[in-house]
Formats: sequence, structure tokens, C-alpha cells
Amino acid sequence: MSDFETRLDDIREEARRRGSVEGPGTRAAGGPMPTAAGAGYYGLPIVKPPVWTWEIPLYLFTGGLAGMAGAIALAAHVAGPPAAETSLVHSALWLAFLGGAVVSPVLLVLDLGRPRRFLHMLRVFKWRSPMSVGAWILFLFGGAVTAALILTEWAVRPGAPTAVDTLRTVAIVVAGILGPALAAYTGVLFGATTIPAWFAHHRDLPFHFGVSGLGSAAAALELLGFRSPALHAIGLGAASIEVLLGALIELRRHGPVDQVLREGTSGRLLRGSALLTGPAALVLRLVGVIPGAAIAFLVGAVLGRYGWLAAGRASGRDPAATLATQRL
Amino acid sequence: MTIGEGSASTNQARHTHVADGVTVGFFTDPTVCIGCKACEVACKEWNHVPAEPTAWAGTSYDHTHALGASTWRHVKFLEQELDPFRWLFLSDVCKHCEHAGCLEACPTGAIVRTEVGSVLVQDDVCNGCGYCVVACPFGVIDRRPDPLPGSGGAFKCTFCYDRQVSGLTPACAKACPTESIQFGPLEEMRSRAHGRVAELEDRGVRDVSVYDPVGTSVGGIHAIFLIPGPPSNWGLPPAPEVPTVRLRAAWTSAILAAALAVAGTFAAFLTT
Repeated sequence: MSDFETRLDDIREEARRRGSVEGPGTRAAGGPMPTAAGAGYYGLPIVKPPVWTWEIPLYLFTGGLAGMAGAIALAAHVAGPPAAETSLVHSALWLAFLGGAVVSPVLLVLDLGRPRRFLHMLRVFKWRSPMSVGAWILFLFGGAVTAALILTEWAVRPGAPTAVDTLRTVAIVVAGILGPALAAYTGVLFGATTIPAWFAHHRDLPFHFGVSGLGSAAAALELLGFRSPALHAIGLGAASIEVLLGALIELRRHGPVDQVLREGTSGRLLRGSALLTGPAALVLRLVGVIPGAAIAFLVGAVLGRYGWLAAGRASGRDPAATLATQRL
Repeated sequence: MTIGEGSASTNQARHTHVADGVTVGFFTDPTVCIGCKACEVACKEWNHVPAEPTAWAGTSYDHTHALGASTWRHVKFLEQELDPFRWLFLSDVCKHCEHAGCLEACPTGAIVRTEVGSVLVQDDVCNGCGYCVVACPFGVIDRRPDPLPGSGGAFKCTFCYDRQVSGLTPACAKACPTESIQFGPLEEMRSRAHGRVAELEDRGVRDVSVYDPVGTSVGGIHAIFLIPGPPSNWGLPPAPEVPTVRLRAAWTSAILAAALAVAGTFAAFLTT
């Protein structure tokens, strides 16, 4: 039942109980409709809330994880070549491939209003549109990790030309550079909109999504059985920065705009997420419960992405938030 | 030019603005609007815009609520408990911004600028990504839900580009019985709007102004309104900003975040 219908039911109930309906708007207009108090035009939204559904937050998670797995693959490749690190590179590339070249594109296509036209995303390149830049980053990143995996398989075959190994390194470098961009651009995507709770944080969101992606990639690799001091250090760093970002978002006051970050469904999701990726993951890691820390971080990262979309929906629907951001 | 010019007005005359590349505009004046909704109906009929399920507002007599994918003209009803009581109507429409958020956000190039300066969604290109929806500072464009015809795509006012190509006036302006909606070259619309405000002030009307945010990043609009009272009363943002103004700061953050992640990852692997 929509807000409007709920309101209409309230009016009917009041009329049934008291024989008449009172409220601003009823007397002067002579009509039966009381005017509900609300900012702007009868409390109706000024901007449109996002139409995106469950696919987008999940994509923010898988894309962030895959992108940062690419960065880990590059660092491990450069730091190599102990055998353990080589197998870490391989697994990180697989994560990047599954996340960045399989799951993320499928989620993005599913979210389109007209999925069969997904290739229209590559009709043009518009640097002023974060959606366009992001589509190209994802496309190129997916290509790079796919190439890196194919070249890895080829390089171990007897008689493979030495150029294969060079090309593989090039592919890993490209993936390692585009990957972090894939994780962080989503913050620009949300930040460059008219949704108050999003654009108020256009500087924080790229950091938050980037760090969350990095911590998720390290956590996923640890859950796959890799125990390396490097992954542990990344996990510690990501959880620490999440603690700082969480505190920053809690403490900074954007007035009515930030209400959705603390209240309602979006507030619960975001606070739960901040607790899991920040203090919970940090403490579990410090006491040595690595799988626990990894799971806490991953669950928190997923919840956080859903929290930000929910916050965007609530914020877009709230005319008071929109008006609060505008000064004449 | 004054209100109610009849057959001599620019609303009824044929024109060659598309061929001449003249930037055109709407001027919508609620002080002569009678709330008949002929503009909404003419728009729906000409553009084959589907009907939507009725949802009773419960807050006012305006049950259309807002502009959207299937509402390209929307007559707002504003009841105000002033003395004397005031009941006003304003036909809202896509603003066809000078710097349009939807056009900048569109990743497929489906949204374009026409010869007459209007912003047009090419339905055969749009893939329904939904990014324009959150890029519009006025909450105009929206994705049309199932099961309506054309569902999945983003829709908004086309400024009747197809009619204009043939020298016709947009359907809403053509149908408006009081010429509350006027159509013509943008600069003429601007001067008419300011002239109308001056005229009303001469008559002692104090709280009218022209809604045309030229001072913000939107850079002015091609559908100008005369509004009694503050813009927020009408659900119009007082100082709309095109979302791309935040690109520089947001991308700086993203590049820093990406660089930090790469540096941190390298540090972790090379020092441990």
C-alpha cells in the first residue's frame, strides 16, 4: 500500500470515528482532503529516487572485490616468485575473472530496463558520465583478466614462445591498474547524482568503496586458504580505514541529509556494515581469528552496498533533504 | 506582447525554428492557468503516452503527483491558506536545461541536444540503465515500469520535436485555452516572463518571480515559469545543480583511493 493510500485510509478512519475530518486544507478549500504537512509540494519528492534493484549493490560488491583482486594479483606477481605467491597470483586472477568478467557484467545486464541492448553501453565513450567510464573500465578490466588467465595457461605449455610470458605480464599490469579504478569509480557513480545522501558524500564514497573492495579481495583469498602476512596486513589496513571512515560518517553532520544514514532500514544496514567491516573485523584479526575476520568483512561489505542504495532511495524520496542542500 | 493574443500569438503560428536552428522555449504562467489539464491530455494523445494506474493522493486534489515516465506535462494544484485563500495551478514540464544532467549522465548517447536546444531521448537507443533518473535535478525523467508499452526505457517530454520539425507548436501549448503555456524563441519567452512579472507588480501583486535558475550550474532552463511564492512550494528546487559539478572532486577521490590501494597492496607484498 502506498503512502497515499495509507493517508486516504487514515482520513476515512478519522471521518468514521469523529464524523468529520479536520486539518489544514479542509476548511479553506471546502474539500474533504486535509493537506498533510510536508516540505515542498505536499511532501512529494523533488528528485527521483534511484530505480536500481538488488543487482546494483551486489555488483558494487563483486566489482569492487574483483577489481582489487586484480591489484593483489599484480602486487603478488611483482613480489614473486616464491611458489606460494605464484599460486596466489593465479587464484587472485581467477577471482578477478569470475567477479569482473562473469558475475558483474551479468548483474549489470540484468539491471538494465532493456537488457538486450547492453552493448549500447559501448556505443560511445563519455568521460563526463561515470556510468560510461565505468562500463568501459569493466569491459577493459574483464578483457585484461581473461587474457591474463588464457596466457597463464599457454605459458606453461611446452614450446610456448617467450612473448607469451611478456604479454601475460602486460595483461596483469593492465588488470592491476584498472582494477582499483573499477572498485573506486562506483563512488563517483553515486556521488555525481542529485540524491542528497549520496552527493553529500561524493568525496568519501570512492574511498569507502575502494577500501571495502580491497578488504573483500584479501578476505576472499584468505577464505580460499591463503595465509600470507601480506593479505593479513591488507586486511588490517582495510579494517582500520573502515573504522576511520565509519567514525567520519557518524561524526560529520550534514543535517537532515544524513538522517537516512542513521535511521530506518538504510541506517540499520549501514551501521551494521560499519560495525562488521570496521571494529569487528579488526578485533577478530588482532586476536587471530582470520576466517572470522574475513567473513565479518565480506558480510559487512555486502550489507554496506545495500545500505547505500537503501539510503539513496530514502534520501531521494525526502523533499526536506533536497531542500536542505540548496541555498539561494 | 500580452497574454491572450488569440490567433496572432506565437502558439498558433507555423514556424521554421528547426530549420533555422532557433533555440526555443516554453513560458508557463500559472496566473492565467485554469487547471483544465488540456496540456496533459494533448501531450498524452499526441505522444501516445500510456495511462498509469490511479493512486489517490490523500494530500491534495492533485492525483497525478509528479512528472514521470508517463506524465510529461503535470498540472500542479497548490492550495494556500492565505488571505484571501489562494488556489493556483501550474503546468510543470521538463526544463530542457542549458546544462542537462540527464544528457551528461547518459552512457549510450541516447539523450541528445536538438537544433532547437531541447533535450531529446532517442527511444531506439536507450537501454534503460537508469542513470539519467538520478542525474536530473528536477526529478523529471524516469524509467517506465512493466507492463506499460515501451517499458524499461527512460522517458520524458520530447518538446514535441516531431511536431516542431513540421513547423507545429508543441501539443501542450497548442491546446492550452488560456495561453498559460506559451511557446516561441527562448529569448522572447524570457522577455515575456520578465514583462509579465513587471505587469503583475504594477497591479500590486507582490510575490511573483521568474523561475529560471541562470545563476547555478544548470545555467538556465528552456521551460521558464512564472511562480507566485517561493519555488519550494511548487516542488521546484530553489538552487538546482547539475550533478557533474561534483565530478572533479569525486574523481580526485577515486584516483587517490585507487593509488592508495595499489601503493598499500605493493607495500604489503614487498615488505612482509
